[in-house]
Amino acid sequence: ELRDRDPPASRPDPSPVPEMERVLKDDAIQEKGERARMASFVGAMAIADLVKSTLGPKGMDKILQSTGRGRSVTVTNDGATILKSLHIDNPAAKVLVDISKVQDDEVGDGTTSVVVLAGELLREAEKLVNMKIHPMTIIAGYRMAAECARNALLQKTMDNKDNTDKFRSDLMNIAMTTLSSKILSQDKEYFAELAVDAVLRLKGSTNLESIQILKKPGGSLKDSFLDEGFILDKKIGLGQPKRIENANILVANTAMDTDKVKIYGARVRVDSMSKVADIEAAEKQKMREKVEKIIGHGINCFVNRQLIYNFPEELFADAGILAVEHADFEGIERLALVTGGDIASTFDNPESVKLGHCKLIEEIMIGEDRLIHFSGVAMGQACTIVLRGASEHVLDEAERSLHDALCVLSQTVNDTRVIFGGGWPEMVMSKEVDELARRTPGKKSHAIDAFSRALQAIPTIIADNAGLDSAELISQLRAEHHKENSTVGIDVISGGLGDMQKRGICEAFKVKQAIVLSATEAAEMILRVDEIITCAPRRREDRM
Amino acid sequence: MALAFDDFGRPFIILREQESKSRLRGLDAHKANVAAGKAVARSLRTSLGPKGMDKILQSPDGDVTITNDGATILEQMDVDNQIAKLMVELSRSQDYEIGDGTTGVVVLDGSLLEQAEKLLERGIHPIRIAEGYEMASKIAFDHLEHISTRFEFTAANIEPLVQTCMTTLSSKIVNRCKRMLAEIAVRAVLAVADLERKDVNLDLIKVEGKVGGKLEDTELIYGIAVDKDMSHPQMPKRIEDANIAILTCPFEPPKPKTKHKVDIDTVEKFQTMRGQEQKYFDEMVQKCKDVGATLVICQWGFDDEANHLLMQRNLPAVRWVGGVELELIAIATGGRIVPRFQELTPDKLGQAGLVREKSFGTTKDRMLCIERCANARAVTIFIRGGNKMMIEEAKRSIHDALCVARNLIRNNSIVYGGGSAEISCSVAVEAAADRYAGAEQYAIRSFADALDGIPLALAENSGLPPIDTLTAVKSQQIQENNPYCGIDCNDVGTNDMREQHVFETLIGKQQQILLATQGKYAEI
Repeated sequence: ELRDRDPPASRPDPSPVPEMERVLKDDAIQEKGERARMASFVGAMAIADLVKSTLGPKGMDKILQSTGRGRSVTVTNDGATILKSLHIDNPAAKVLVDISKVQDDEVGDGTTSVVVLAGELLREAEKLVNMKIHPMTIIAGYRMAAECARNALLQKTMDNKDNTDKFRSDLMNIAMTTLSSKILSQDKEYFAELAVDAVLRLKGSTNLESIQILKKPGGSLKDSFLDEGFILDKKIGLGQPKRIENANILVANTAMDTDKVKIYGARVRVDSMSKVADIEAAEKQKMREKVEKIIGHGINCFVNRQLIYNFPEELFADAGILAVEHADFEGIERLALVTGGDIASTFDNPESVKLGHCKLIEEIMIGEDRLIHFSGVAMGQACTIVLRGASEHVLDEAERSLHDALCVLSQTVNDTRVIFGGGWPEMVMSKEVDELARRTPGKKSHAIDAFSRALQAIPTIIADNAGLDSAELISQLRAEHHKENSTVGIDVISGGLGDMQKRGICEAFKVKQAIVLSATEAAEMILRVDEIITCAPRRREDRM
Repeated sequence: MALAFDDFGRPFIILREQESKSRLRGLDAHKANVAAGKAVARSLRTSLGPKGMDKILQSPDGDVTITNDGATILEQMDVDNQIAKLMVELSRSQDYEIGDGTTGVVVLDGSLLEQAEKLLERGIHPIRIAEGYEMASKIAFDHLEHISTRFEFTAANIEPLVQTCMTTLSSKIVNRCKRMLAEIAVRAVLAVADLERKDVNLDLIKVEGKVGGKLEDTELIYGIAVDKDMSHPQMPKRIEDANIAILTCPFEPPKPKTKHKVDIDTVEKFQTMRGQEQKYFDEMVQKCKDVGATLVICQWGFDDEANHLLMQRNLPAVRWVGGVELELIAIATGGRIVPRFQELTPDKLGQAGLVREKSFGTTKDRMLCIERCANARAVTIFIRGGNKMMIEEAKRSIHDALCVARNLIRNNSIVYGGGSAEISCSVAVEAAADRYAGAEQYAIRSFADALDGIPLALAENSGLPPIDTLTAVKSQQIQENNPYCGIDCNDVGTNDMREQHVFETLIGKQQQILLATQGKYAEI
């Protein structure tokens, strides 16, 4: 039986649609078959190549300049941040941008790797398509390979959940590995320590909201520190105590200017000046009562989300209460969380409002700024990391790096499986996938082979970015991995192969798994396409 | 005849600027229509079947959709031709009526047009062609009935339903986990189905998606998931045995519709006013508390003061819940939607066994799940996936699967897929054609050829030589008198669709043929 599986989709491109058959609107563009596939391959690979040079410990940064007002500048090597800021017109490229964003939201790190891997998978797929293999066959092969790669990795994971000391050192290693490709790599040990401490305080919760990152320009990165308490970037009202011990804190969200009458349609209409004065007095009286009620809670510190006007501030000062105004909403939520108090908006039942407590409130100076420091708080979960650095750009990038590390760590605390880094996981997966290719009959095995090549591209790029001889290194690495239970990976620092276990280069299993799965998914999605229909862009009215 | 003369011999113009207008008449007009229809059908042809390809669609705003769902492609294609628009309508009505087979209907339509073109060239009048098609479609319709099989299933044995849904899902990108998704779809449909009346209200199934995780994490929630969180960050995140008050009035001072003004001119009035205001909030919250509510779900916003009062009195609340969701919650929990605080009574509260907040990933994404409701007849399918386009496509695929399951519950007859039904119909129509005298005979024969278009497209998309495959299958059908032979798209090794478990619903197939034929009247 003749079974020629020449795919119809890779036949020569049909000539452009004749004029008579045009059914789309004027500016809409329709691309079909080979040309459509080419457009999506080229777009996706362009994106992957764009972020490729930022991969690995020796990856380079990019400067992004916004087109908006101020032309603000961002310096970063975080894949998600770079891709987010791009204006992209190619639909396939948008798929890749989207996966990097999701990767950022889900696990926080590996945003560049996922795009690069998807790009490599498509690059390999392009070759196969040119060899006249049907995209669906390639997809089937990729799926088998991805599953096999995941299982291979799963078998090699290490889990030190029960051993606290070892687990901590795992976390340290992961944090250092993550940070080594970022701006913080100079002080990675220091920051890894910070991040691990902060995450372990969360006790398994992935709620990173209770870790506050405060950026203050000045000093050097090394001057950054972890504070066990809570720091509010606000000033203490005038004439109020600057230091309170055993504070009872009321956290509130209430208007402390003139309380507006909320009943609809109400307005004040008076017929003489004296009445205006009366009403004003009544208003003042109302505010005074409110303040008295607040004071009646037996507090010595009052933090409000909204503004506190001069008059109530004065009243608080008289009562010897520390009042902080206009703490933003996140600040309020955190403070409530940290001190264990409620966020209050009415003050009629002092007994039912839970107050927050802390041992000491004081004003501290960081650089030029005065901040309010709450220490000895009831809830030990929260903490503040104060970042210091030479400029805003450095601080922004440091925050992103630290955020990545924190995300990865908090995910690792939940899913404690750990694997080695430095190209080790890619080689492990590629070895298994190679074997699968050998076992699989049919055209699928080409695709499985291609998957393994795409996996190997990642260590290759890391080596290339570090200026190493990647061809030589990868072949050596592959030979090493042919032995059972090898722990060898690329050591970018020394420029050769190294034992990843000894160097302590670790990554979280969850991150790698997400990278492999979403990259395959994205590649699959783009591969399935054989037609692109672009509608005419909506005309924007010129705002002159 | 652009110029005519009136009774007084004065010239007047009938068609202004005739030179600049092109007008097609007669055969040319028919041919232009046919060409346009074919162009649309050709776009969709490659999306047919399990090996069908996807299309990228970029909307005027730059949003990207990747799909192989015929209705969605046509909807977003920005079509500007009358006939093409008609075909868009066609697939849309298939979508409304049946929910699946939207690509097939357009491909069949295109194939019918192609055949009609040949007949037009022979000089057969369009109306005769249309009538012939109409007769042929009746033959095919009845023949489908004849080859269909009944498919028995019960609430306990859902396997047949799952199999059918899997056929639908196998042509989509989600076919990696088609088994799982098919099971989810079937369970969801059975949960809301009224097996007595053989009806399913698909409005009770909510399909929600959140980016992240993987497709395997998709789950069926027996209850409602709302993309909202508690109004106050310190309210409890988990409530068991909740009594839910469902409100459509805001926790704010009332705003009478008539325009009014309250004038304040003395201090006393000012103070009464203040007292009144505080009382309002207090009463609202107290009212909810008095009827025994332990959770408030509100369509509108809360004032800060009200929010705090709710928190303080230990009454968790959710605000800004959309109208549709509110209705679903009401149905699921057996509660009533209450428009005024005064009308709140204990029997209007809804019951749910568990209300919990679910959080995802590293961002602050949270959702509220209302589970173990009093009336378990509302379910949510919660889709996870690697990226936005994936989720959107998964939603569309699930919708198709749900529709298929619903159709089976309505009418449990099925026909076999893989083009086998079309081939069988084609054979039947071909055989019947000779019995008709007149020009219609040609049209009926063409109809049979047009039906072959679907298996041809299937074979072509699967990388099989289309003509060879089709002729082989056709002769096999006739020789073995077995209407279940189809195209072996997945390279399984057999082309008996009974062994491959590829089914489609009878009403879906019948609808396809009827719709495609009816389209012809207008087009020709």
